[in-house]
Amino acid sequence: MMALEVRVQAQSPIPLDIAFQVEPGELLALVGHSGSGKTTLLRTIAGLWQPQSARVRVNGVTWLDTAARVNLRPDQRRVGVVFQNYALFPHMTAAQNVASAIDHLPGPERLAEATRLLDLVNLHGLGGRKPAQLSGGQQQRVAVARALARRPEALLLDEPFSAVDRATRERLYGEIIELRRHLAMPVVLVTHDMNEAQLLADRMVVIEGGRMVAEGPTDTVMSDTEALRAMGIREVAAMLPAVITEHGTDGLTRLEAPTGPLFLPGITGAPGTQVRVRIMAHEVILSRQRPEGLSAQNILAGTITRIVPGAGPAVMVHIDVGGPEVLARITRRAAEQMALQPGDSVHAIVKSMSVARDHVARALRDVQTAQ
Amino acid sequence: MDWTALWLSMRLAGWTVFILLPVSVFVGRFLAYRRFRGKGLVEALVMLPLVLPPTVLGFYLLVAFGRNSPVGELWHSLFGSQLVFSFQGLVVASILFNLPFAIQPAQRGFEAVPVEVREAAACCGMSPLRSLWRVELPLAWPGLMTAMVLTFAHTLGEFGIVLMVGGSIPGETKTIAIAIYDRVQGFDDQGAATMSAVLVAISLVAITVTYALSARVGRRLS
Repeated sequence: MMALEVRVQAQSPIPLDIAFQVEPGELLALVGHSGSGKTTLLRTIAGLWQPQSARVRVNGVTWLDTAARVNLRPDQRRVGVVFQNYALFPHMTAAQNVASAIDHLPGPERLAEATRLLDLVNLHGLGGRKPAQLSGGQQQRVAVARALARRPEALLLDEPFSAVDRATRERLYGEIIELRRHLAMPVVLVTHDMNEAQLLADRMVVIEGGRMVAEGPTDTVMSDTEALRAMGIREVAAMLPAVITEHGTDGLTRLEAPTGPLFLPGITGAPGTQVRVRIMAHEVILSRQRPEGLSAQNILAGTITRIVPGAGPAVMVHIDVGGPEVLARITRRAAEQMALQPGDSVHAIVKSMSVARDHVARALRDVQTAQ
Repeated sequence: MDWTALWLSMRLAGWTVFILLPVSVFVGRFLAYRRFRGKGLVEALVMLPLVLPPTVLGFYLLVAFGRNSPVGELWHSLFGSQLVFSFQGLVVASILFNLPFAIQPAQRGFEAVPVEVREAAACCGMSPLRSLWRVELPLAWPGLMTAMVLTFAHTLGEFGIVLMVGGSIPGETKTIAIAIYDRVQGFDDQGAATMSAVLVAISLVAITVTYALSARVGRRLS
């Protein structure tokens, strides 16, 4: 059964026509530019906004059905929301913020639960601080703990990482991935950051101008040129599953992928950890022969499955590298000079340094279920 | 020193604050959160007593409170007394001319509560009433505090409208401001000076305390 079913149609403030479902424990990313309508969707689920026509069902209970004139208030919906700027209560301590979502429990129980949740988000001992005395990352953790306190039937994250610096963001990604092991409810993440979606989401919905332009498992959508036109062609990437095997003394990590070994920099995680690596299509170089005397550390041999021409001077070459596909976005001119055809053998070359640290994500459920 | 007049003024100010506090919470909150047609007109009406001469407001109240007016008749049938030249009439007048002093700061106070924070309260499972109590009132507190102190101090100092609606009946409608006027008229400069000094002291203390409290709340939040 689907835990969360959403269908929204509206003409104003922006036209919307979107429907999606989320399974228990699944994280769905709503991806789109600002103004695409993704935040309005989240607000509809939370009950902060009522579109002209909408239906929201959670675990079989109708939260909103405009046709049947059902519309529960936000406080009547068991929902947890992490707002973009966290919206913590400034006059309460961190612990009181968390406890404020479980007012119905008796005092001691409430305090114990708030402490447990703050420990869960790595804020041990900081419960007595006011939001103003906490860093941006710590405030975000309080907001997550507060959202989880009600034991929500749906967890909604509205660009929760946009207000912190890059280093903090990367640490928070890790914590959210870790936290998800404990969560059984559907999670909806609103973001405009493709890396964020890649790192965290099981499935993605791409929204453009209030309409769904793509929907599916993260790695499928990530490598779908058509779907990603809305997000920018430079976001197109292949997702390779891999396992960390060895951290080299020179800072490069060896990973075992179905395509053979990969050498990538700046990766943390114990050997044996499953990851997925985002290989940006525009960073991949193709060669007919196995190149010699080249600085690039990763050379993947494969077979061209198809060549998709784009609107501009580029083509997208799909290469089967022994299971998953690698994408190479090269110029049409280069493809013609090399006379590339489907079925040809090629080598895809990936510079180690072209794979940024946040292109490597701890594996989510889909990697495990794919095996 | 006319202690009766001072005590009467204090009672009047106390009642005015007591009644206007809930009014300013609900009206101020409504004006702060809602947008509707004619909001400008409502806000202007609230502000009107600030710019009108007290005599104008007093005149209309005299007409409205009179025995032959619907309001005067209703009051008489309910309480068997008349509103004009009575303490109750003074309280009603005081409430009306203090509307801007109570509602304006309260509205500013509620406007200072971010929308997101109110939405977060709802998403934390707080009912609208619980959200008011746990989140909005504590955050709007400096505004409400200002509203109450301004109302209190302003009631102590009001002269024109009290004279129009209340007359100058000792123990019933003769407030400290009227008493001072009476003393000056009666060439008792010494008495007028003492009472004036007391009024200055009370007002100064009240306003200082408000500022100190708002500053403390401000520090608590930042």
